[in-house]
Amino acid sequence: MKRNNLKEWFRAWDEDRFDFTEKAAGEMHPDLIQETPEKVTEENLIGLEHKEKAAFQKLYPILAVILITVMIAFFLRAVFDLPEFGKAGNPTDNEVVDRYLRNGMEETGAVNAVSGIILDYRAFDTLGESHVLFAALTAVMILLLYPDVSPFKATKDFGVDLIRRDVIVGTTAKVLVPVTVLFGSYLILNGHLGPGGGFSGGAIIGAGFILYSVAFGYTGIERYLNLRSFRIVCACALCFYSVSKCYSFFCGANGFHTIFSAGTPGRILSAGLILPLNAAVGIVVACTMYGLYSMFQRGKI
Amino acid sequence: MQYFDFEMLLLVLLVICGISTCLTKNLLASLVIFMAYSLLMAIIWALLRAPDLAITEAAVGAGISSILLFITLHILRKLRKGSEDETK
Repeated sequence: MKRNNLKEWFRAWDEDRFDFTEKAAGEMHPDLIQETPEKVTEENLIGLEHKEKAAFQKLYPILAVILITVMIAFFLRAVFDLPEFGKAGNPTDNEVVDRYLRNGMEETGAVNAVSGIILDYRAFDTLGESHVLFAALTAVMILLLYPDVSPFKATKDFGVDLIRRDVIVGTTAKVLVPVTVLFGSYLILNGHLGPGGGFSGGAIIGAGFILYSVAFGYTGIERYLNLRSFRIVCACALCFYSVSKCYSFFCGANGFHTIFSAGTPGRILSAGLILPLNAAVGIVVACTMYGLYSMFQRGKI
Repeated sequence: MQYFDFEMLLLVLLVICGISTCLTKNLLASLVIFMAYSLLMAIIWALLRAPDLAITEAAVGAGISSILLFITLHILRKLRKGSEDETK
């Protein structure tokens, strides 16, 4: 009891709040419990002195507030050290910004300077973002699809009661889903001409899929978006992005002419690679958003 | 300059939403306030002439991340209910 007081205080603190996770984890991980030599049982917890527990519960918020105050002071200090907004000699005011804004439309063919920067000059950043999203969904799938660890095993028929055939939701979804998906597609295809782009358009399309599955269940959506098609589509989109961007950077670095020309700015088929890259990012993001929702809600795609 | 007062109002509301998200005891109410925070942030992005960011913030911040948090809350409640039934 004396040996590991702090650990048991934490356990007592946890058990008061998050009883269910403790028990669920106990069911799921038999190995984990065997690793700790002293198994915390009900008797142990009762044996923990009530005074110490109360003192710890009082001390915990105070320590938390002190820690957060120190961090806030630290960050505020950093904020006050920043240079004045909009001053001429600031470090952000350099030749990179000048080049992007002056020659951006000419070099990339994109009217929307943001799209030109994130998908042409800085395309590796966007590639990394797409991969981060894909890796996050992969991690969720590893956790939730694995039958021994998944919490969906604990209670049956997860998320079934969330889907009721509600008249209001159904009618609203009937009107809203086509408009939402259309608007998302517009944002993706129009990303080089106006505000929008792959990420926001894909997120809106994913939201449309989520709305559809909330209103009408999963049977309709499963016909074309199941685990198999999900894997193929996402992998193809990411590979297409990587390969085409490698080609474009290789040509650009060595001074070759690419087969993708900038075209006339303002046309829908212009700006070289930006339109297909937007489409690839949008597909990955839409699949990931819907996939995360489906994994969270019923434990499979 | 014409949006000055409106922007100040939005910023004050943003701070209020941020603080009350942390201080609300009810997790569901906290989530709803968090959605309101994202929506206010989207309006501020639009006023700062960053429409790309405004669209993304409205779609991801107010839409999808809130939906995922709602589902997580629902599943946690269900797990808690299930474990209580087992102990009884």
